[in-house]
Amino acid sequence: MTFQTIGKSLRRKEGILKVTGQSVYADDIRLENCLYGKTIRSTVPHGHIKEIHFKDGIPWDEFTIVLPSDIPGRNAVTLIDAQQPFLAEREIRHVAEPVALIAHPDKHLVEKARHHIQVDVEDLPAVLTMEEALERNNIFKSYLVQNGDPSEKWREADVIVEETYRTGAQEHLYIEPQAMIAKAVTGESVTVWGSMQCPYYVQKALAPLFGLSPENVRIVQTETGGGFGGKEEYPNMIAGHAALLSWKSGGLPVKMIYDRREDMWATTKRHPSKIRIKAGFKRDGTLLALDIDLVLDGGAYPTLSAVVLSRATLHVWGPYRCASTRVLGRVVMTNSVPYGAFRGFGAPQAIYAIEMHMNRAALELGIDPAEIRRRNFLRQGDRMPTGQVIKEEIDLEMMMDRALELSGYHQKRADFEEFNSQGKTQRKGIGLSVFFHGSGFTGSGEVRLASELSMALTAQGGVEIFAANVEYGQGTNTVLTQIAAEACSIDPELVRIHQPDTSAVPNSGPTVASRTTMIVGKLVERAALELRKRLKDPADFENAARQYMAEHGELRITVQYETSNDVYWDDEAYRGDAYAGYAWSCNVAEVEVDAVEYMARATNFVSVVECGRVINPVLAAGQIEGGIAQGIGFALYENVVLEQGAMKNNQYTNYIVPTSADTPDIHVEFIEFPHSNPGPYQAKGIGEMPIDGPAPALGSAVAHALGGRFINELPLLPERIMHALESS
Amino acid sequence: MMRVSFTVNGRTYEVAAQPMKRLLDVLREDLALTGVKEGCGEGECGACTAIMDGLLVLTCLVPICQVEGKHITTIEGLAASGHLHKVQQAFLEKGGSQCGICTPGMILSAAYYLDHPDETRDIREALAGNQCRCTGYTKIFESIKAASS
Repeated sequence: MTFQTIGKSLRRKEGILKVTGQSVYADDIRLENCLYGKTIRSTVPHGHIKEIHFKDGIPWDEFTIVLPSDIPGRNAVTLIDAQQPFLAEREIRHVAEPVALIAHPDKHLVEKARHHIQVDVEDLPAVLTMEEALERNNIFKSYLVQNGDPSEKWREADVIVEETYRTGAQEHLYIEPQAMIAKAVTGESVTVWGSMQCPYYVQKALAPLFGLSPENVRIVQTETGGGFGGKEEYPNMIAGHAALLSWKSGGLPVKMIYDRREDMWATTKRHPSKIRIKAGFKRDGTLLALDIDLVLDGGAYPTLSAVVLSRATLHVWGPYRCASTRVLGRVVMTNSVPYGAFRGFGAPQAIYAIEMHMNRAALELGIDPAEIRRRNFLRQGDRMPTGQVIKEEIDLEMMMDRALELSGYHQKRADFEEFNSQGKTQRKGIGLSVFFHGSGFTGSGEVRLASELSMALTAQGGVEIFAANVEYGQGTNTVLTQIAAEACSIDPELVRIHQPDTSAVPNSGPTVASRTTMIVGKLVERAALELRKRLKDPADFENAARQYMAEHGELRITVQYETSNDVYWDDEAYRGDAYAGYAWSCNVAEVEVDAVEYMARATNFVSVVECGRVINPVLAAGQIEGGIAQGIGFALYENVVLEQGAMKNNQYTNYIVPTSADTPDIHVEFIEFPHSNPGPYQAKGIGEMPIDGPAPALGSAVAHALGGRFINELPLLPERIMHALESS
Repeated sequence: MMRVSFTVNGRTYEVAAQPMKRLLDVLREDLALTGVKEGCGEGECGACTAIMDGLLVLTCLVPICQVEGKHITTIEGLAASGHLHKVQQAFLEKGGSQCGICTPGMILSAAYYLDHPDETRDIREALAGNQCRCTGYTKIFESIKAASS
């Protein structure tokens, strides 16, 4: 099959504006008579508000002040549920919880005023660890997957390996902080512009807050400087706050731009995890049974934790056949700042645990980490523990072999062991991971979303796409353009993308879950093919479209998500086809560990990726490379220090992420098996997958460098490496 | 308030400002040059990078009282002749920009590196003051290599 546009590395559609500094992000918008809003927050993790004092020294009469009693509708962020208040009324459940809002035209005075507000709170005991939460049975959500009975298999096993793995929180650290602008017509309507992934989530959250119908709440996405999940659900809160201030002010525009400290202190992070795995193996490495207890810390409110837990649960067995599997997944409530969506959405924690465990088992069995995997890989036709049959064509052995070859794995493994035996201060290690990531919403999620997308002819003989999915660096504009151009057989220059704006585009769903290319892209393809059918001479789309427009003035069609008949998920039984498509990958990481400074450094990285048809190779590789760098941070550097359940090191200076000097050479190779995938031109999603594999690949590389000493906790800080080296 | 006169992208400006007002805020608010971005406000992320009298500076750390008589170049001045600078062109073609928020600062640092290749050990060191959370830097390195050849 030959393509005109698919598979070509078209330049980023909005690229010129970005490289010339002309892109307009929320904080770049200038407004007349603008107020600057600030959020007043709790400083204790649990308590009852007694009184809020506005102290002397500030002209409070010039300020717009919002308290819970000013809220015109329902004081709750509507997401999956509606439990989290926009402003705490009496009970405070975490540090940094919003309790009041203030705004003033002078942004420096707002900052000063913030320190003249005192919130008196009667302290209550706080639950700050997953263990305490489990003891109290503070559980937001649990899932059980049982396939066969592992307890009957332990006797058959030659070796049983049991370990517990922990991962810490991770901060998104998008370079553009959270930013919203709101303008209300008090009593009538609200408009919000800002940095976000999901315009329709914001609309759904704000309509009940003001008691308005959704049509009277207009949400417009502005150029968004990174999100990584951090701008999935948290923008609901900020948009609500900015809109409340504007509503109370009588309709002045209100800007709420978080500074970095507030952003890191108060907004969501990746869920910390504790995962115990018991696995039974035959002497030859065959996996017989898996028993897994997976716990996530959800923090003080449910946010998206139930679905994060679901994705973690459905990825924790890794890409292996296992006839007897039991997984108990639980997400607990603590008095920590609520955790939320972050690229990978539970999968990075789960894959870290299972992939470290496979490497650990290989060591205990005395076989190579590559060989233990080879013996257990899922193949086409195999079943996962939920009963899902792998229908797609996939060859993990071939992918792993390619990654081993590209990295020179076997030779390096031997060379590094020889090098490490010389007793130098530097030690070297190499490690691998193999994993999958489900594209699109979990389970029946896409059926429930029932996304809609519109496409219209333009007078120039092209098309315009109307979708709610946003560009936030990952390439939505370009990829959707390529799909439309291919399906219509037109020049990509003739494809326009309408700005995501709830007053102009239908709800094609949130920009999350690696769903934009596979799910939304399929809607683009279908809409384009539908438009072609309506034209007299579809083979000459451009002229036919011009002619149609000259005669009729407009042609706009809307398509809706359709599930495939052979994909079914049973919510009640929690069984079935968890995802319509999976992307697959093998990572090989090399590290150097300094035995004096105890620092681990990534020195080389190989990733072989199967994500079906690659629509734009440069953009796709950019996703993989960026995800790997974020995964390197998760594994080696990024340490969220919690104090009373909130981030204490909430400054760029004190939260270490990989810089250009810390990121190794990253080699990405795509292998395409594009024959049975559900996406447009057989493409699948890749946005999240690359962050799943680096942590276990690096973790096992460090264990290799340390002569088989495994560290079961992330990040791999120098003190943990020191402890591992000196305790044995 | 003090009056400060300086040149940005070849044009002379005089502004009245508090002496400790950050150059970042003067550029963004007084001159409407929003290509400089605020990512951290403490000199770590590099999103507010500009070139002042031939040196890379973090405009969030420069008070306006130090800018009298200085010559500043921002991203808006790099393509002023109507043609993209070779680094801008390369970022466009090689995927050096994703979300775009670090891009103006990154491109200025990259352009500076190409003009002063001997000041740092390599590209990695030259860009270590400009944080990018999207690309993993690989495509940025490829862009700069393309621009230098």
